[in-house]
Amino acid sequence: MSLRTLAIVGAAVLALLGPAMLAAQSVGSYNAVTEQRLLNPEPQNWLMYRGNYSGWGYSPLDRITPGNVKKLAPVWSFSTGVTEGHQAPPIVNDGVMFITTPQQQVIALKAKSGDLIWRYKKELPEDLLQLHPTNRGVALWEDRVYVATVDAHLIALDAKTGAVVWDTTVDNYKNGYYFTLAPLVAKGKVMVGTSGGELGIRGYVAAFDARDGKPVWKTHTIPGPGEPGHESWQGEAWKTGGVSVWLTAHYDPQLNLTFWGTGNAAPWPGDMHPGDNLYSSSVIALDADTGRIRGHHQYHWNDSWDWDEVSTPLLIDFKKDGRLVKGLVHPGRNGYLWRLERRADGIRFVDAKPFVTQEVFTKIDPVSGRPSYDPERKPRSGAAVTFCPGLWGGKDWTPAGYNPKTNYLYIPANENLCSTLVGQAGPYEPGKLFLGIDRPKTTMSWRQGASHIGELQAWDMATGQRVWTHKFPYQNWGPILTTGGGLVFLGGTNDRNFRAFDAKTGTPLWEYKTNSGITGVPSSFAVDGVQYVAVQSGWGVDAQRMQARLDTFLGTKTDVPQGGVVWVFALRD
Amino acid sequence: MRDSPGGPAPVAWPGRRTVLTLALGVGVGLPLARLGGAQDSSARGARPQPNDRFVLAAGERKGRLITLADLPSGGAPLTAYPKDATSGVVRDDSRLNQILLVRLDPRALDRDTSARAVDGIVAYSAVCTHTGCDAWDWQPASSTVKCPCHFSEFDLKASARVLNGPASRRLPALPVKVADGLPVVAGAFIGRPGFESGGG
Repeated sequence: MSLRTLAIVGAAVLALLGPAMLAAQSVGSYNAVTEQRLLNPEPQNWLMYRGNYSGWGYSPLDRITPGNVKKLAPVWSFSTGVTEGHQAPPIVNDGVMFITTPQQQVIALKAKSGDLIWRYKKELPEDLLQLHPTNRGVALWEDRVYVATVDAHLIALDAKTGAVVWDTTVDNYKNGYYFTLAPLVAKGKVMVGTSGGELGIRGYVAAFDARDGKPVWKTHTIPGPGEPGHESWQGEAWKTGGVSVWLTAHYDPQLNLTFWGTGNAAPWPGDMHPGDNLYSSSVIALDADTGRIRGHHQYHWNDSWDWDEVSTPLLIDFKKDGRLVKGLVHPGRNGYLWRLERRADGIRFVDAKPFVTQEVFTKIDPVSGRPSYDPERKPRSGAAVTFCPGLWGGKDWTPAGYNPKTNYLYIPANENLCSTLVGQAGPYEPGKLFLGIDRPKTTMSWRQGASHIGELQAWDMATGQRVWTHKFPYQNWGPILTTGGGLVFLGGTNDRNFRAFDAKTGTPLWEYKTNSGITGVPSSFAVDGVQYVAVQSGWGVDAQRMQARLDTFLGTKTDVPQGGVVWVFALRD
Repeated sequence: MRDSPGGPAPVAWPGRRTVLTLALGVGVGLPLARLGGAQDSSARGARPQPNDRFVLAAGERKGRLITLADLPSGGAPLTAYPKDATSGVVRDDSRLNQILLVRLDPRALDRDTSARAVDGIVAYSAVCTHTGCDAWDWQPASSTVKCPCHFSEFDLKASARVLNGPASRRLPALPVKVADGLPVVAGAFIGRPGFESGGG
């Protein structure tokens, strides 16, 4: 082999190994994440986005309790070196923690000590547009770590070293397609959904073989010609109709169904895309093997409010009229708490009631769950329309939590905020904003007499009634963790606090001021019998955007510092 | 991965720089035959060059030459691409070449901005330095632009410095002059257009 050939081969090998993999060192032994482990995660681990396939955000660990939580203190922290929204949960497998950050890093740390094992950095294209500069975490399977990227790749890394095993280009970021969600792994497949609703994409969910990254199936969230539901669109609107998917599905292994929440139809005002616009602002049930749509429920038709319903419903079984319902529970961006029934033959409506003030729906059909609207509260072309809740809704992407011990659902809500939109049609251009509004005339306001915005609500799934509410003066963007010890943890406020509440009573018990505002998903794990609570602090994206809007109408200038840090807490001796 | 059009592979033995490109191209799975296309499109991808004209970047009149009459004082900024005056190549292969072009009151410009302007016409990168958005809301009373993505606000009178929002770096300025009765590029971007990595 000549020197010249050697140089070519050497450079090629370097490129394959990935110049982005930094400070790599072996973790030593690593406990492979089998399908059986994903179906029954051990209490000491947090193996997926919400801890289990039902999406509860629940850890059975019970060492930390309302009685001792005041002794909770940081045991280590790790600075990511990145600004913007750090929303990924610390995912933990037998002492190894994985986090992701904005700008597409994946970091492996020793969960007990905080020591760095490896760090993967993807070099992003210089011309990338990042409307949502964030990433919501990894998925684990066997000895691999999967991440979906903001430039529309799906990548498998070696869990022990961070080396790239495969890298699949799923889509062209230049046309507005990107990923922010943590992938779902089930039955040897890695599943992702695409973001880009504000850029006029046509949404989809796609599955890939976890071994080699080869495509297995792809299901559009907007049906094409000849497919059921296509008739709910007119003309060419379906081609650029949005309906993005930006949160991880939950999975029912008995039914072999994955449940995905979908975004609004694009552009925003409904008169620009007449019809019901299936499957926008819906939950869809996709067969894990084939991707076939086996059921859906549309929370609201012909969205006009930017009310994405991307949050995935939690799989919670509850009693209704004496009958046990295998349920789907969804606190919606549209401000209603939806309870549905998941079945082999589809999804059925059970009930819905508002959890924040909602001035748009005039009634809900008791059989189908289809809402009727006040036409004066429905944004349209050429008119200024004010509606409550505003475009960030009663609850945005931040996941709710469910504690099987209390049988309560915990909702991170925002109350009293309203938006005003003026519809104004504009041309579609690939990769460009496609909102259909007169942007400078978009404003936010709050309801007269409002005393607060953020709320943490608890709803009893036995009765379907709200049992307690904690109010925060300003907005709440805090994903929920709830534990077997009887606690609820969340950040979400602009004062940088991470908090613990009594899960039964809602009494605030503990708080700790971190480096930045927290919009990260908290998790809990144990190593050597010690329970830890972990979260990333790092303000940005929509929490920051809402803050800017609030500052505009309140005349304030709130400085929430940015910069990501992983915080890990345990009880002081 | 670039999506430039395909072209023939280089015939002559490549130099050192090309060897590295070739090796990296193999590493990320690019077919060898596509490498020549990147060279073909270099004029389209090059940043604005002195004497480049401006053409409209979007809309029904996309590609039309921008004249002084298209830039009335107090009018909203136009989004443009540079166009090579000799070859006629529009440099639209990279969205980082999008330029905001607007005529402001010459008396309102600060000294640095004035030195890069002609008759009040100023030009800046149209790509937000925060996360790369390229849509803008014009605020004529203050001669500022606001990015609708994350609400960073830039003062076009004063070197596009950041007034509000998460961006920490001004929009790169592009010197302009008048030649043959047209606004044209007078120099390279001052600063790198595009988003910040945000550390890390």
